[in-house]
Amino acid sequence: MSSLIDVRGLDKSFRLHNQGGLVIPVLRGLDLTVGSGECVVLAGPSGAGKSTLLRCLYGNYKPQGGQVRVRHDGRMVDVVTAHHQTILDMRRRTIGYVSQFLRVVPRVPALDIVAEPLRRIGTAAEAARARARELLDRLAIPERLWSLAPQTFSGGEQQRVNIARGFAVDYPVLLLDEPTAALDADNRARVASLIQDARRRGAAMVGIFHDQDFAAQVGTRRFDMTVLARAAA
Amino acid sequence: MNPHVTAFERDGGPAPSLAAPILSVRGVGKRYGSNVACRDVTFELWPGEVLAVVGESGAGKTTLLHCISGQLEPDDGEVLFQRRDGSQANLYGIPEPERRRLMRTDWGVIHQNPRDGLRFGVSAGANVGERLMAVGARHYGDIRAAATDWLKRLEVDVARIDDLPQTFSGGMQQRLQIARNLVTQPRLVFMDEPTGGLDVSVQARLLDLLRTLVSELHLAAVLVTHDLAVARLLADRLMVMRGGEAVELGLTDQVLDDPQHPYTQLLVSSVLQI
Repeated sequence: MSSLIDVRGLDKSFRLHNQGGLVIPVLRGLDLTVGSGECVVLAGPSGAGKSTLLRCLYGNYKPQGGQVRVRHDGRMVDVVTAHHQTILDMRRRTIGYVSQFLRVVPRVPALDIVAEPLRRIGTAAEAARARARELLDRLAIPERLWSLAPQTFSGGEQQRVNIARGFAVDYPVLLLDEPTAALDADNRARVASLIQDARRRGAAMVGIFHDQDFAAQVGTRRFDMTVLARAAA
Repeated sequence: MNPHVTAFERDGGPAPSLAAPILSVRGVGKRYGSNVACRDVTFELWPGEVLAVVGESGAGKTTLLHCISGQLEPDDGEVLFQRRDGSQANLYGIPEPERRRLMRTDWGVIHQNPRDGLRFGVSAGANVGERLMAVGARHYGDIRAAATDWLKRLEVDVARIDDLPQTFSGGMQQRLQIARNLVTQPRLVFMDEPTGGLDVSVQARLLDLLRTLVSELHLAAVLVTHDLAVARLLADRLMVMRGGEAVELGLTDQVLDDPQHPYTQLLVSSVLQI
């Protein structure tokens, strides 16, 4: 099996300069490999470093040591040491990150927000919008809202707009940071089907899901971080 | 170990494309008498990339912007600009006429106060058309058509093309200034607090417009701001300045979410919500 994500010896700690230089160790010597069609569920108590690991995979957090290699354009690229232009390119085409929070320019219509990641990789305006409509529809966002800016939407609607945006591009690697927190059962099922579709097309996924049933439904493997947390402390 | 070095991104790998940086700033410093405005600032800007420069008042942001945009010769260091033909121009080493020509054609400067970037004695259309004339356009009909087109793209009412700038609102004046700069299709734009004096509602629309233009025109931009939320929305990378020095440089979200330098940590933790 060819791996799309290969993490070796990952160390991540935080130094709080304004609190006497306090150092908080979070990850120590972490190894993880994820292949095509896998959805790895990160398990462990709050504070075990699940979100930290996802953020290290996205190049959002800066590890102190180790390698975070992700397959990009057919070769393994180390996110920790790659040129910033490479990381920006990976985020456009290779790695998607879906969180529960929508953070976009105010007053932009939902449809354009969802279509934007496709526009950035050169998809024609109409094709990008067609895909955006399909996703908004699949996530049961009423059509009358598509031309409105999501700042006025309910929390659950904003969250689903964000999920639609995260799934707009068929990223080979998807990082899911509690995308379904606070969604009702029907909407969780809609997100589950998106994740299953992504698996079928061969995406490698790593996710954090607090809902155990949901995790069992979409996950192919559990990665327990409890022991790692103890080792880091 | 020098803490400033660890705070910088490690550009270990090769750049993904063969394209060279459009702007290379190397060890730039500027003093006013004994007062150091900025010191030893080094960074590269790539085509299509937006770099935000943040920091408190007096950190040297505006002085740096003036030095790297050809408006103020630095005391130390050099600023290299990649011409359209791929060759490099040393901004303060090339003859004055070439520097002036580059400033009129290849880059734009958008000031916080539209009064610094517009001519208030001539109409909106003339403000936009003037830069075209400066690069040799002579046909009145073409110039007016281009001005009309850019006013439209910036969502300025074209019926007002013959009105004077002072009759426009602050937000509209800022759009005029942007149209005036973009009409010559620059590759690099310098912006000093472009949404600074505007109402929040006007600011949001202008931010979206700027973001769309930067992406459609594949513009590189240096954006000076003290607003971290603006930086988060517009910039690919963030440079944090303090006391004239760049203390941290990295991907915008990385600097804001995992700040390394003590000052950046203080700055990020002081903001209400970003």
